Amino acid sequence: MASNLDNSSGPLLEVRGLKKSFDNLEVLKGIDFSLNRGEALALIGVSGSGKTTLLRCLNFLEQPTEGQILVNGNVIYDAQNSSMLSEREIRKNRLHFGMVFQAFHLFPQYTALQNVTLARELLEKDSESFKRSRRQAMEEIRLEGAAILDSVGLSDKLDYYPHQLSGGQQQRVAIARALMLRPDILCFDEPTSALDPELTGEVLKVIRGLADRHTTMVIVTHEMKFAHDVSDQVLFMDQGYVVESGTPEEVFEHSKEERTKQFLERYFEGNNS
Amino acid sequence: MTTTSAVLASLNGGLLENLKLFAVTLLLAIPLGLVITLGSMTRFKPIRWLTRTFVWIIRGTPLMLQLFVVLYAPGILFNTPMSSRFFAASLAFVINYAAYFSEIYRGGIESIPKGQYEACAVLGMTRTQTFFKVILLQVVKRITPSMGNEVITLTKDTSLARVIGLTEIIMCAERFTKKGLIWPLFSTGLYFLVMTGILTILLSWLEKKMDYFKA
Repeated sequence: MASNLDNSSGPLLEVRGLKKSFDNLEVLKGIDFSLNRGEALALIGVSGSGKTTLLRCLNFLEQPTEGQILVNGNVIYDAQNSSMLSEREIRKNRLHFGMVFQAFHLFPQYTALQNVTLARELLEKDSESFKRSRRQAMEEIRLEGAAILDSVGLSDKLDYYPHQLSGGQQQRVAIARALMLRPDILCFDEPTSALDPELTGEVLKVIRGLADRHTTMVIVTHEMKFAHDVSDQVLFMDQGYVVESGTPEEVFEHSKEERTKQFLERYFEGNNS
Repeated sequence: MTTTSAVLASLNGGLLENLKLFAVTLLLAIPLGLVITLGSMTRFKPIRWLTRTFVWIIRGTPLMLQLFVVLYAPGILFNTPMSSRFFAASLAFVINYAAYFSEIYRGGIESIPKGQYEACAVLGMTRTQTFFKVILLQVVKRITPSMGNEVITLTKDTSLARVIGLTEIIMCAERFTKKGLIWPLFSTGLYFLVMTGILTILLSWLEKKMDYFKA
């Protein structure tokens, strides 16, 4: 489980000077931002601007070439001594973050409930409560998993396999699966981009609900209205830089940067036609 | 005068050799294939090239030739002749089939979407947990049809072992041909049909067992 040492004075998440290159292509050119506990951050920008790469760096799916990531004031990643991190440490550190993928990536051979509980069972296998009573510990995890699936509106789908669920339902299972590990920060990588238009609503509703309950989130999205409504902070990225950041009002209604204005104009034109 | 029951007794005795070779090959080649797969997928290049060269040689030469090599090479090279023809046949078959299996495994493993590994990673699973809890069953489901093909081929390939003197079913039948009796040789076909028939049923049962999910 992610540790919950409360360091309420500073931000929960801080990213400093993050850079990422693939071979000779620099995708992130120095990203700085911070996020307070209980707030939602929306990452917007055109495809290829580096949003997804940034999210993947937070989840240790990519190794940043430079920069630091801090959670609760503790450095959990520093590019300068990244090679010293053992696999075990990386595993522990990445549990600060939860990740919901664009294409869900549910495990096809497990039911919705098993998808949600699997990682917890594996993490707690060596814990004291498991040693005392395996059956009771498993039952507790199962009940918690069922409750979380209930909270995303899937109490009647516990025993369904992924291929028996709609895209929207699968993505809600994926959200429940991430929540089950109680991450400090929940990341969404374009959570509705793989869905048919009529199914995006149910997923966005779940994320809104999480925002209402002050879940700390980083959301990469192309749904501008949603980003506007749900986030406390918006980062507009372009070509590997954060071009503009601020509250939704500041970025969407009073953007200062030309590139932001152009991006938003093009987006809303495209969506009104 | 050769009685029908004498023919059947002889064929059944030969069949037993085929079945033994079949069982030993499957039992050992299935895990050995996995070891070869790991070798051919490792990031350590010398091992990878060595393994892939080995697979190329095994798949690139006739199994019949490999049987002869396994039978004679120890005697020629180390002056320790093969004592058992069954052992020699088993060795050649296990190596040959492990090489084919390893390529089927590799194809199966590489066909699993990267997203499955990433989902496991962000959930804090270890590599071992990822492979055994999430990847393996999906691979098994994907490779069952190809493995079924190989297993059915194997039942018939076991008769090749007669070239190094294993008294398997066709060799037994040929003895009657030399005495002017042809039907024992042709009837061996029925034995193979029954074996592959049973295997076909088993394989489709296995595929049905994994029908509950899509991968």
